[in-house]
Amino acid sequence: MGEAKPKLAVWKFASCDGCQLSLLDCEDELLPLAGEIEIAYFLEARRATVEGPYDLSLVEGSITTPHDAERIRQVRESSRRLVTIGACATAGGIQALRNFADVDEFVSAVYATPAYISTLETSTPISAHVPVDFELQGCPINKRQLLEVISAYLHERRPQIPGHSVCVECKRRGNVCVMVAHGTPCMGPVTHAGCGAICPSYNRGCYGCFGPMESPDTESLSRWWKRLGVSDEQLVRAFRGFHAWAEPFRSESEAHERD
Amino acid sequence: MSATDAERTRTIRTDYLARVEGEGALHVRIRGRDVLEARLEIFEPPRFFEAFLRGRSFEEVTDITARICGICPVAYQMSSARAIEDAFGVEVDGPVRDLRRLIYCGEWIESHTLHVFMLHAPDFLGYESAIAMAQDHPQVVELGLALKKAGNELIALVGGREVHPVNVRVGGFHRAPTKRELAPLREKLARARDAAREAVAWTGKLPFPDFERDVELVSLSEPGEYPIDRGRVVSSRGLDIAPREFSEAVEEEHVEHSNALYARIRGRGSYLAGPLARYNLNFERLSAPAQEAARAAGLGPECRNPFQSIVVRAVEVLYAFDEAVRLIDAYEPPDPPAFPLEPRAGTGHGWTEAPRGMLYHSYSLDEAGRILQAKIVPPTSQNQKSIEEDLFGLVSGMIDAPEDELQLRCEQAIRNYDPCISCATHFLQLNVERE
Repeated sequence: MGEAKPKLAVWKFASCDGCQLSLLDCEDELLPLAGEIEIAYFLEARRATVEGPYDLSLVEGSITTPHDAERIRQVRESSRRLVTIGACATAGGIQALRNFADVDEFVSAVYATPAYISTLETSTPISAHVPVDFELQGCPINKRQLLEVISAYLHERRPQIPGHSVCVECKRRGNVCVMVAHGTPCMGPVTHAGCGAICPSYNRGCYGCFGPMESPDTESLSRWWKRLGVSDEQLVRAFRGFHAWAEPFRSESEAHERD
Repeated sequence: MSATDAERTRTIRTDYLARVEGEGALHVRIRGRDVLEARLEIFEPPRFFEAFLRGRSFEEVTDITARICGICPVAYQMSSARAIEDAFGVEVDGPVRDLRRLIYCGEWIESHTLHVFMLHAPDFLGYESAIAMAQDHPQVVELGLALKKAGNELIALVGGREVHPVNVRVGGFHRAPTKRELAPLREKLARARDAAREAVAWTGKLPFPDFERDVELVSLSEPGEYPIDRGRVVSSRGLDIAPREFSEAVEEEHVEHSNALYARIRGRGSYLAGPLARYNLNFERLSAPAQEAARAAGLGPECRNPFQSIVVRAVEVLYAFDEAVRLIDAYEPPDPPAFPLEPRAGTGHGWTEAPRGMLYHSYSLDEAGRILQAKIVPPTSQNQKSIEEDLFGLVSGMIDAPEDELQLRCEQAIRNYDPCISCATHFLQLNVERE
């Protein structure tokens, strides 16, 4: 017998499943990957589970119930490395819009018998509950970046995930700037790279689904948008999307709510 | 059997059901030889989409509703676009509509092949996962992955990426792909049809339990085409309605054990949406090769065994490849790529066929096009009651089976529906409780 294969676990909290699906979307790499590592816990893909501890845990989804707040602690305890995948796990996701509202009112708006629903008042990222080794941004994550993260941790190195803006990807792709050339409001200048600048390539402005880049100048972007005729109300909505609870976007949306 | 056996109540549990999309539980209670209760518990935490959509602009809706489900985002985008267009009095037609149908074909292929090969097939052959199945049947799993990849490439080309495509908008698309971009894809899709035919034949040979249930089948219906993106809703028992009539025909109930809402046809009860319903109500609208492949795999125009839904999904995959090739051959890039929209106050309704069944959306908007109210009825909550009835019937028919066999069969029966629990809120965990 050779050395034991490293154990990978994939966990789900409040989410759409799209980020863990990205692993199954690696059609060419999935079977070779399963040869290199033991996919020890991944309920979406397999019924059998192997007990921890796990060498690497990928966590999808945000914390929205008392039960999940407890469960993430157990996941952390059984994981040597813990990486969050996607906007929900990294920033609370679109469901963090409840954090700006009255959750009881939300419950009654959707369910006829609100007493049956157990939920927390907020949707929070994993890092608000336990220490996290790395956060992979994106709604959804990019599957190439996911493979890089898995490979990096299995080889005991830091993942090579650049923290610059979507603008850099746009330039590399040879796109015409939609904001400069067409006056289309674009979140690209403050948004984390990783998607490959797809929105501008499809003639629309970036809508920030990869969340804030490292040190974004959101205030400056808002000034640019206002020059294009964008209202404060629209600015609030733009920053209050899939990464609404991420600090730089949250404070920018709050600034325009006050205006 | 002794008196104590006859009175003994038992429970079988699977706390988290695997190979489904989302989190839930099934709870079956048995006393002696009687099934007392078969309950599907959806405990995926609610995310409140219908609440936070209020106040958003209609232009943001397709980006937001996509996030309800990572596996069928196109279905969410399309149903919400249709509903909002209905509110604005616009019918998207011609090449823009064809392009919608094209990307939707990609989603059917991607979602169905994921389910057929990765989630469902292992049940039939006694494996815990497709990864384990690949040890003994590598060529089957590779076939499935190759088909899935072709579906994903179609979505990525038309939509920008596989999960949560960015190119879809209310009214149409941000950019129409060029003929040149589509040409190489057309060749891949055309070649994949042979593999898709092989997949139908392979699923036809799987061992199916003898199980049928007389349930009302519900799907979209549009003259001259297999239903994907528009039509009326019809049923095997005479339902025939337009989208605005949905709330009169179908009622939703909130029950304690589920974070999804139960749907049923008023005055009648449960119904089944999804591939089996589409197939039975629209067999003659499938492409000729799809019909032929179905017959060769042993399916007639009628199929009432939910376990054979795996064959029907494979048939629909073949159809989706045929349809995608047909659409690309006839393609002229629409210019502009989206219909112009004039927001106005009002309410609109729309539905399309998500891979796992009919998906209904309705929105009320103000004069600026802001959402005042949203209502979304996903296929899994429509099927929840039917799933429970299948389980009830199934367990009743094999009451003497050992617990682990019962448990596996129940899980398989749930997977027959390809339930999407993050859609329905998210479900799945199986407890069979014997008292």
